[in-house]
Amino acid sequence: MKYQVNKKGYYGEFGGAFIPEMMHPNIEELQQKYMEIIGSYNFRQDFIHLLKHYVGRPSPLYPAQRLSEKYGTNIYLKREDLNHTGSHKINNTIGQILLAKALGKKRIIAETGAGQHGVATATVCALMGMKCIVYMGTLDVQRQAPNVKKMKMLGAEVVPAISGNQTLKDATNEAMRDWINNPVDTHYIIGSVVGPHPFPDMVTQFQAVVSEEIKMQLDEHIGREFPTRVIACVGGGSNAAGAFYHFLENEEVELIGVEAAGKGIDTQETAATLTLGKVGVLHSAKSMLMQTDDGQIIEPYSISAGLDYPGIGPLHSHLFKTGRAKYLWATDEEVFEAALELTQLEGIIPALESAHALAALKKIKMKPDDVTVVNLSGRGDKDMETYLDHFGY
Amino acid sequence: MMKNRINQLFQDKKENILSVYFTAGYPQVNDTVQIIKTLEKNGVDLIEIGMPFSDPVADGPVIQNSSTVALKNGMSIKQLFEQLKSIRQTVNIPLILMGYLNPVIQFGLEAFCKKCQEVGIDGLILPDLPVSVYQEEYKELFEQYGLHNILLITPQTSDARIQEIDEASGGFIYMVSSSSTTGAKDKVSDFHEDYFNRVNQLKLNNPRLIGFGISNQETFENACKYASGAIIGSAFVKALEQDKTLEEKISAFVNRIVKPV
Ligand SMILES: Cc1ncc(COP(=O)(O)O)c(C=O)c1O
Repeated sequence: MKYQVNKKGYYGEFGGAFIPEMMHPNIEELQQKYMEIIGSYNFRQDFIHLLKHYVGRPSPLYPAQRLSEKYGTNIYLKREDLNHTGSHKINNTIGQILLAKALGKKRIIAETGAGQHGVATATVCALMGMKCIVYMGTLDVQRQAPNVKKMKMLGAEVVPAISGNQTLKDATNEAMRDWINNPVDTHYIIGSVVGPHPFPDMVTQFQAVVSEEIKMQLDEHIGREFPTRVIACVGGGSNAAGAFYHFLENEEVELIGVEAAGKGIDTQETAATLTLGKVGVLHSAKSMLMQTDDGQIIEPYSISAGLDYPGIGPLHSHLFKTGRAKYLWATDEEVFEAALELTQLEGIIPALESAHALAALKKIKMKPDDVTVVNLSGRGDKDMETYLDHFGY
Repeated sequence: MMKNRINQLFQDKKENILSVYFTAGYPQVNDTVQIIKTLEKNGVDLIEIGMPFSDPVADGPVIQNSSTVALKNGMSIKQLFEQLKSIRQTVNIPLILMGYLNPVIQFGLEAFCKKCQEVGIDGLILPDLPVSVYQEEYKELFEQYGLHNILLITPQTSDARIQEIDEASGGFIYMVSSSSTTGAKDKVSDFHEDYFNRVNQLKLNNPRLIGFGISNQETFENACKYASGAIIGSAFVKALEQDKTLEEKISAFVNRIVKPV
């Protein structure tokens, strides 16, 4: 159990709940009740029911024939892109909306970068008839326009965050401010394994269904549950946490996270947190952070709005520090190339975020017998404009 | 050892204490010392010097903006200590540093506490340092360097937790008027009378100041009915925006709060 959160909400030295007193009642309530609620029979029943009949789980584990041939090995794609709303984010929002209901909350807030988490939140709010407010950086409102329209059609209010670089970090600040100002009836559905304890663990639990299915599906395909390695992209780290979870204690499975290097890790325009960061406290958790020597947070950059974040979940900082997982990075250029490769070899247009994981295939050594699972966290619909601009179709 | 100036203040003055917050490095990077001196000259009892942070989640738009400008002006904790080097040659009222944890951690916790003592800081307000972490990891150091930790309570804080916070606090307790981010609201009806009365009946060790949403004479006087005094932040920072000298802006502001016009 080396990689589980402890009672105080830490993974090794990382995590905790560095919250202003105004957030204490909500966080304390969650800390005291989340295990009991999400472990209860009724909750499990509802969660499993919705994942199956509403989200469409299990998502396929697809043996990517032509991609495998090209790399001379065995590559499987975990098809989170086929989930309802188009990414892994819905696994978490289904879990948290059920939790919010159990807690008697009436109003839901969320932050979003790519808009995938915003859409997934607006979707479950429509499903449950709850009021939904989504904070989104002004820059992201522009570059992920289709998702903004979807959220509005789903009945959510989208509030542009105008502070800072106007991306995911700033949207998260605004959501936290909203929660401080609405301490009683509101639940904050955080979109990744970040924020104060118990969010990192709670979101990991909801995403863990990904690796639970990978094990069963691999067994069907190849007669064993464990792959050689699992690769996932890392923004806050939720799809990676879900894809890694059931392999954490089996140290023979290599775990690889891929961060967004933007224009390169030696430029100012990057979001490679573990590669470049130092320990600090942001959004109420102690973790690795991109920051100046004075402790000011550095504005990150990535072509992918979902990875454009200067922090990372405490679980990943711990996996990084202990060496249990390796973290690579991919530049915008490498990501475009990887996205086009998958599109033309397999007929699957990946999300820009997920294409970071695919880009890692060129950066690692794979033997012919290896079994590599790539978590395809989302589909590329929301990124079509960016792709078309770049490729000039 | 010299008595902490915060304790001295609350011993000498039991009511109508006026505490003012400003963000160091705003409007201009080198205004810090003059703002402090002018506030003291105009009769302010206590000053909270804000250390700007890029991501102030507990703050509303006014203090967010002042922090952004201050950082653009090149403000840092290092520079702030440099500016405060000789402050105790002229200023006698208690001084508190207020800010978020991350810049303090990067400065180095012990180095930070040591510097505070050197320049004559009496207390700290770190909104994202919860009482439990303070007790376990920070208290000893703060005490070693003669620094009071000022903790917040809100209308949602339970009696038991208020008692716990009272035990851990030194100087005074920062009673947040309603659960919110900082920012002037100008509405007396926002006052939670029940909450203030509940807290007053707890017979706490530490005196209280009420903060958040205090912006004018009316809200200040109302707050003073329920505590030893009140704290003004956003309304003062906003007043500093005007196109006048610091002297003019500050004396006009303080006179608006404490004297009827
Ligand atoms: C498709 C997709 N993958 C990955 C991410 C990154 O989030 P995380 O690192 O939490 O999985 C996002 C975020 O918006 C996303 O939309």
